Amino acid sequence: MQPLEKTGNILPLLHEIRHALEDLLATGQTMVIDLQAMPFAPSELVELKEILGVGEVSAELHALGKSTIQETAFSGAWWIVHFNIDEKMISQTIEICHIPAILMAQHADIQMGLQQLSSTLGGVSL
Amino acid sequence: MNQLSLEERLRLHGVSRRGFLKFCAATASLMALSPAMIPRIAAALENAKRPSVIWLSFQECTGCTESITRSHSPSLESLIFDAISLDYHHTLQVASGDAAEHAREQAMKDNWGKYILVVDGSIPLGNKGFSTIAGISNVDMLIETAKGAAAIVAVGSCAAFGGLPKANPNPTGAVSIDMIIKDKPIINVPGCPPIPVVMTGVLAHFLTFGTLPELDHLKRPKAFYGQNIHDRCYRRPFYERGQFAETFDDEGAKKGWCLFKLGCKGPTTYNACATTKWNGGVSFPIESGHGCLGCSEPNFWDAGSFYAPLSTPIGHVAQNAGYALAAGALAGAAIGFANKQKSSQAIEKHEEITVNDLIKGETK
Ligand code: SF4
Repeated sequence: MQPLEKTGNILPLLHEIRHALEDLLATGQTMVIDLQAMPFAPSELVELKEILGVGEVSAELHALGKSTIQETAFSGAWWIVHFNIDEKMISQTIEICHIPAILMAQHADIQMGLQQLSSTLGGVSL
Repeated sequence: MNQLSLEERLRLHGVSRRGFLKFCAATASLMALSPAMIPRIAAALENAKRPSVIWLSFQECTGCTESITRSHSPSLESLIFDAISLDYHHTLQVASGDAAEHAREQAMKDNWGKYILVVDGSIPLGNKGFSTIAGISNVDMLIETAKGAAAIVAVGSCAAFGGLPKANPNPTGAVSIDMIIKDKPIINVPGCPPIPVVMTGVLAHFLTFGTLPELDHLKRPKAFYGQNIHDRCYRRPFYERGQFAETFDDEGAKKGWCLFKLGCKGPTTYNACATTKWNGGVSFPIESGHGCLGCSEPNFWDAGSFYAPLSTPIGHVAQNAGYALAAGALAGAAIGFANKQKSSQAIEKHEEITVNDLIKGETK
């Protein structure tokens, strides 16, 4: 079934992204838009994705299931989708920032990795 | 194990800090909180301890439990479920008989004043024998278990509003939890069944902030029930323009027009279906071509035909004042009398309905 009419939510959302990018440039203010909190006709998210396009960076995260982090054609606007282990989508957001926080290495993880590396080195003789 | 924080428990399962942050992002979305709250959620969950939960099932169909436990491998819902200590749930627990009842008593004793009591199903007041567990009537078990609870979550329309058991002619004298318990905070999570993430969202809120979410006038968490289905429906532009499907297979239906004339109760229903959707965000009834039944609203079963437009008068099919009074009194012959009177009225009404009426969708 293909509804002919749309919710009309794409255009205001694009303006919201435009404002957020202006804020990011002017003040460094970051922003997250939760796409699951808005009603869209079944075809509209596909359309929105097409308008935003694909930018230079794309990353995949594997923690509690897959996540895809895709910079859109508008640098600074990222399309982020988190899936669970069943490959079901659990969140879909657009983040306006220089780099999504989820990509940064975390202190606790660095610490644990460091411990592991140290113990590996302890058992290695080269 | 019970003393470990959620982050520590996830780490024991090999989940990285990054995985934890992803979990927090999904939890914010789940709780319908602004993504700006993610750092606060992370900070709170880092230290959240495992609350004890006692789950009682009364007059119900197990659909609510099915809904919340539907996923078999780790999902956000099941992780949140893991983050609580579910000390008693007679459908899910392995223990049976005496051991099961002792588990409930022990959990109550160990966590007196702190446990969350989750209830699905309504309470029959007509005759205590209508529904019992281990020989204890539903009403007695509810009153006893509610005494030591920090809060009660009434899961599903039966526990929240009486639901299907309370539907006309209400043969068991079924009432909702808040008709019986008056001195504890009660959160209603209605729906038949509720969306799984709404149930876990309420638990996540408690886990995160140690407080109850903000509630509406029907004690429903505003984060999920603050939005009207009709206001958030993607078919709304058709409604505004007066383009309605008249049958389920006409041109309008095929074009995805508004389902108002086919009985959609979206305009009077508050729930998260239109945005959160079902089955991991796949679809919701209106998107699948069927009007909303209004299952998260009180007395939805008696609100006229599911297929008659909202504008159709429904007559006196739902007279509930008698039960409100009976529930307040809670005992004695008066209830029996009210029951008899109500069911004989109902039988009279019932006989007026013919098969033809049902097909036409007229239950006046
Ligand atoms: S389908 Fe239902 S909820 Fe959607 S616009 Fe029509 S009446 Fe409103």
